[in-house]
Amino acid sequence: MAGRRKWISLAVLSALIVLLPLVFPSGYYYRVGALVFVNALSVVGLVILIGYAGQISLGHAGFAGIGAYACALAPEHLGLHPLLALVLGAAISAAMAALIGRPILRLKGYYLAVATLGFGILVSMVLTNERALTGGPDGMVVSDPGLRSLLRDMGWRVSGGEFWYGASGFVLLVGAWLALNLYDSPTGRAMRALHGSEVAAATVGIDVPRQKLRAFVISAVYASVAGSLLALQNGYITPDVAGFMHSVEMVTMAVLGGVGSVLGATFGAAILTLLPQVLTVFAEYEQLVLGLVMVLVMIFMPQGLLPSIAQRLKGRNK
Amino acid sequence: MSLLDVNGLGISFGGLKAVDDVSFAVKPGEIVSVIGPNGAGKTTLFNMISGIYLPGRGSVSLIGTDVTGTAPNRLAEMGLSRTFQNLQIFQEMTVLDNVLAGYHLSERGSVLADLLSLPGMRRRASQARAGAMKLLNRVRLDEKADEIAGNLSYGALKRLEIARALALDPKILLLDEPAAGCNAVETEEIDHLIAELAAQGIAILLVEHDMKLVMRISNHIVVLDHGQKIAEGDPATVSRDPAVIAAYLGTEYKEPAHVDG
Amino acid sequence: MDALLQFLFSGLTVGAVYALVALGFTLIYNASDVVNFAQGEFVMLGGMITVFAYQAGVPLLLAATLAILITAALGVALNKLAIEPARGAPVVSLIIITIGASILIRGATQLIFDKQLHRFPAFSGDDPIRVMGATILPQSLWVLGGALAVFAVLWVFFSRTLTGKAVLATANNRVAAQLVGINTGWIMTLSFGLSAAIGAFAGVLVTPITLVSYDVGVTLALKGFAAAMLGGMGTPKGALVGGLLLGCLEALTAGYLSSQYKEAVAFIVILGTLFVMPQGLFGAKTTERV
Repeated sequence: MAGRRKWISLAVLSALIVLLPLVFPSGYYYRVGALVFVNALSVVGLVILIGYAGQISLGHAGFAGIGAYACALAPEHLGLHPLLALVLGAAISAAMAALIGRPILRLKGYYLAVATLGFGILVSMVLTNERALTGGPDGMVVSDPGLRSLLRDMGWRVSGGEFWYGASGFVLLVGAWLALNLYDSPTGRAMRALHGSEVAAATVGIDVPRQKLRAFVISAVYASVAGSLLALQNGYITPDVAGFMHSVEMVTMAVLGGVGSVLGATFGAAILTLLPQVLTVFAEYEQLVLGLVMVLVMIFMPQGLLPSIAQRLKGRNK
Repeated sequence: MSLLDVNGLGISFGGLKAVDDVSFAVKPGEIVSVIGPNGAGKTTLFNMISGIYLPGRGSVSLIGTDVTGTAPNRLAEMGLSRTFQNLQIFQEMTVLDNVLAGYHLSERGSVLADLLSLPGMRRRASQARAGAMKLLNRVRLDEKADEIAGNLSYGALKRLEIARALALDPKILLLDEPAAGCNAVETEEIDHLIAELAAQGIAILLVEHDMKLVMRISNHIVVLDHGQKIAEGDPATVSRDPAVIAAYLGTEYKEPAHVDG
Repeated sequence: MDALLQFLFSGLTVGAVYALVALGFTLIYNASDVVNFAQGEFVMLGGMITVFAYQAGVPLLLAATLAILITAALGVALNKLAIEPARGAPVVSLIIITIGASILIRGATQLIFDKQLHRFPAFSGDDPIRVMGATILPQSLWVLGGALAVFAVLWVFFSRTLTGKAVLATANNRVAAQLVGINTGWIMTLSFGLSAAIGAFAGVLVTPITLVSYDVGVTLALKGFAAAMLGGMGTPKGALVGGLLLGCLEALTAGYLSSQYKEAVAFIVILGTLFVMPQGLFGAKTTERV
């Protein structure tokens, strides 16, 4: 049953990625789509942390920041190819998550929230203050990875928007596949078990701190890769990527769509990414509407949008 | 040799000695019951033995190894498994997933194998699945395997917890009031199940309020009152012990078979 | 020595504001187990409403009173409209609700008022007072005095009045409080109103020094939250000590190490505290029952 759910989720996701461009009115929408996919990727990571393992983080933008600035800095200072820089960023994020995760994850609830929040703020502070290296609050340019010209040499001409749409969509699919595999695996079960009852999980032999740490590290890598992709496709990056508000956005996307499911995460990411795009005409109302959406969805659909809608549809069919 | 040795075990909560200087032993295939009035310290004793509370005094040995203060998951690896008085079910997981969680030690592998869904992981998982279905069948929950555990009745959850505890293939099983809240039929089923498990050679340590059940199946009974062991012995001896009758069963007590709860 | 005193003066001033924000967190947390991330917005509203009422010609004292009352009403509305309907929701949902509410309040403020920085005159002028080689603004004394007064009044409220004891009982055990006849719903309303009023009061006191704009709430909420955690969530004493400690740490770091990283040091200290004492300085230890 769980296996079937996995393939349905992946099929729906691939269909969306492939078919959506058919209804795009202009090339600009490839850019927006790519942004949705990148956000969805980091949110899928949070589904593992929050949805599977039941741990909170208000600092995951810190890992996105590490990934993003790895892609901005490593090619320039270490001469790494941007794609290798992405891998380096992910490795640094994983190491960082493993290092701080051990003490942090002993904390619960709001205490865990403030500890992760503190970590995120520290990262964004370093990025903002080390002007010589990062350009400070104004941000810095990210060099082009040259993948598009590679495709061009192979005789395949794509626009920047189209390329990043495809690339981000592909990475999101891989990320979703990994997360869905994990759900129905011994590790995923252990994470979900400790979410339900840490004491019971320990008595069946689950090493609770270790499994929490795994969820934390894996979700950090997702956030980092998403941050790298964001830097690469924008060609520019500012410390906002690591900011507190970005962490909040990520968690909101995860919970908005329905934190247990990968499809829900994508849905939540899509809504929260598109909202400002729709509201650009009424830029002044953006915060007002965003706040309202967050409050209303959580009150009326505490399970998140997708599960609540699914439940309602099921109820109607009965 | 004893499987479990409890030696002078004690713990205090804010000056109150919840358990004080309790000793006993459990051999393979033996059913040992811990009884006593509410608040006698039975569950606290269980929590110390299973590594959830750190004992203040005394020691716990498992198969001759001192395991005092060892983490619950390490104890599980050594063959100790338990259920809880207040259910500790993974409410949002399916019934099958609950039991599969009990197979964690035998199905776990590298996290990479899990992420990539490698064949080795799938083989281990399907073996665990087969075992879990057998256990669910044994507690008559196989038809509810795909239901969310939180939707089950109380009695069913009690059986699910036992199935999950058995998934560890334990050498010793701690059952904390397995029959509480169960009707007569369910109690009898649990009765049979415990006897079967003991016959397989599993050591059983039982906390139970149903005296009929306790007297019928126990080889050995330990009586606690106010955290202290006031008597121990076989059911016949214990039920005639004046200290037990006075402290726990009350002076009007006559025959164990007529006393409930 | 003079420098140290100077840093401590500014640290205590800022710390007093953190303490008031932390106190707001504490009151709401005790009544409802919710950490209200919109607490910083109450401070902002206190400042903003006073500014605009004052500019419209309302006398300063009246403008401040008005600001505190309106903010308190908003606090009650927040409880009634967003927190009570979500009773029993998981922590992460409650975090999103109150952060959502804070974004909503910011958005509305920016629409109703504007995005500029504002201030109104200090209560007793802007001439610094010399103390042992250091200087302190008269308004700083107002902030410190005001904060201490709030804590004193609250202490009396909790220890001497029946309502105060009902609040403490609710914090201790909600169900038991209901059983002995305490209207815990009303306690929640009271706590939200009180927290909002205290926040707004802090905003009124500090605006002449730090100025106010629609977006000052985020940082204040984070610092107040951190202070509350440092002191131990749920104890007014912890809020006071945590707030003052955090303010002084920041000021000393800014003075002696680096002004850019003053906030970083604060968070590092807090992380350290949480690792060594997960319940904060004065928080109660809890044992998990199974």
